[in-house]
Amino acid sequence: MFSVLRDLIRYNIEFAIGLAMTCFIIAFAALSFFSPVDPTLVYTAIPDRPPSWQHWFGTNSRGQELFWLLTFAFRNTLTFGITVAVLSRIISIVVGLAAGYIGGWVDRVLMFFNDIFVAIPIFPILILFYFVLRSDLNSFTLALIMACFGWPFDARLIRSVALGLRHREFTRQALFAGMSPLKVMFQEHLPYVMPIIFATAMANMIWSIGLEVTLAVLGFTNLSIPTVGTTLYWANNHSAMIVGVWWWILIPVALIIVMFVGLFLLAVSLNEYIDPRSRLRRMGA
Amino acid sequence: MKEYLLFALQRFALLAAVVFFGVSGAFFISHLSPINPVESILGEISSRATISPVAVEEMRRSLNEMFGLNMPLWQQFLNFWGRLLVGDLGPSLLAFPTPAMYIVMLALPWTVGLLSVSIIITWIVGNIVGGLAGFFQNSRLLKLFGVLAIGIQPIPYYIVAFLLVVIFGFLWPVLPISGGFAMNVRPGWSIEFVLSILHYSILPAASLVIVGVGTWFLGMRALVSNIVTEDYVTYAELAGVRRGRLVGSYVIRNALVPQLTALSMALGGIFSGTIITEQVFAYPGLGSLLVRAVNGGDTTLVLAVSSIAIVAVAVAIFIVDLLHPFLDPRVRVG
Repeated sequence: MFSVLRDLIRYNIEFAIGLAMTCFIIAFAALSFFSPVDPTLVYTAIPDRPPSWQHWFGTNSRGQELFWLLTFAFRNTLTFGITVAVLSRIISIVVGLAAGYIGGWVDRVLMFFNDIFVAIPIFPILILFYFVLRSDLNSFTLALIMACFGWPFDARLIRSVALGLRHREFTRQALFAGMSPLKVMFQEHLPYVMPIIFATAMANMIWSIGLEVTLAVLGFTNLSIPTVGTTLYWANNHSAMIVGVWWWILIPVALIIVMFVGLFLLAVSLNEYIDPRSRLRRMGA
Repeated sequence: MKEYLLFALQRFALLAAVVFFGVSGAFFISHLSPINPVESILGEISSRATISPVAVEEMRRSLNEMFGLNMPLWQQFLNFWGRLLVGDLGPSLLAFPTPAMYIVMLALPWTVGLLSVSIIITWIVGNIVGGLAGFFQNSRLLKLFGVLAIGIQPIPYYIVAFLLVVIFGFLWPVLPISGGFAMNVRPGWSIEFVLSILHYSILPAASLVIVGVGTWFLGMRALVSNIVTEDYVTYAELAGVRRGRLVGSYVIRNALVPQLTALSMALGGIFSGTIITEQVFAYPGLGSLLVRAVNGGDTTLVLAVSSIAIVAVAVAIFIVDLLHPFLDPRVRVG
């Protein structure tokens, strides 16, 4: 595990940069645990102060210290992305392994639903949920709904790997030795799909966080929870760009871009690492 | 030909299934809503004029009948499908008593136009440049493009659209940042109107293209850099096939097949991006309409927009799937 990480950092500059960017954002979010201020309170500081030594990121028009507010925002957003990634990974592992290993009509039925989920545009559905639940739509409910839509791409990928594993020698041997199909799937086949799961988890986080930002910017989430999206919503709500409070917009946007590019680099370089052909090319073979 | 029909039929079955499950899902989600459309209409009407309580009661009864709320849920569900098939989902609340479907149909061409043009541009440009970058791996310019694609591609649609508004609205105001056409142009089949539409669509389309092009570029580059190591490419090169022909007909042509599959899988996500783009640029399409309907608490309109969006995306996927056999002869012969 650690030698893989070391090799990746040494031979893959994209992975190294991505890791650095992601770690920077995680460290920034972790600062929220040492925050002296409560992010849900407003007008605790002098509003509209530009960035200075006293207020590193300035203060916004709602009288909040932007630095500490953003640490909370990134913590909530990352937690949200990880929750969606974990939940949807569970669904995609179960569906992908079952469809690939059992095959036959189970495979056909699962892939039929898989195709349907791929084709339904999720954004109108999310807006419908907001329309129904209004402010009851908290982060966890939203994560649960998104997880129900975030699995099909990866389930198909896992299925294609599991299809190949089914005809391998060790699968037959395991069955002859008396292993139950369930055990074969989760003890023998799961380790083979683990790299895919890590790589797709990053891509899934980009997807879910992107949707969360979009929903929040429109005002379609619980606006009292500080997230990256709600920060931008309030900035727009107070016309930050027009009245010249540029730091309220530009600092979050810059940090968001760092987060997305970091996660994306990790996903891309892990994907490349999984494919032996491109890995060999990179190592100069 | 028979194989092609069978293939088309299979794809059509998927289209029908997507529409059925998607729209039914939308129906059940929206009917959990605590907002009663009849009460909101009555509130709206009685806030404008004094109406006798008897008349209000009468109105409530007839509105309940019109929305079909006096029936059990499964019957409402059947009625909903019956009405959807004839294209009438009932009156919109925001523009009562205009039918919701009418408003949706006014907005639909804008979204379809903006999306289809920007998707075609994005897909073609991304694939050609990506294919070249995979083939000519030492080109400095194409490498720079790759770095740019990695930097821009993961950024959400909203951020890119917003940055464009800031740049072209505040810093360098040369392009219109809001609306679908200029106020002083009369809508109709005139050159002036068409030019105005094109002028106003530059920024929304640009934001969709900027975000989208990186995906296709990176996907194509990865595909092509694997294909060029295949034996048949080396053989063709040794046999003296010209470079241009080698890239076009031997390499990119083969890599386009998985990219077309990827396109049909990505359409749903691209539509989600359009909603926010339209909202940022106040473009008069389905996205802006959906946001307005949600903010106005207009159940019928929300349901109508969602249903049409699901149908439209499913139809678009169907069309892309039907193109498949033209690129990949293996699908054609089955």
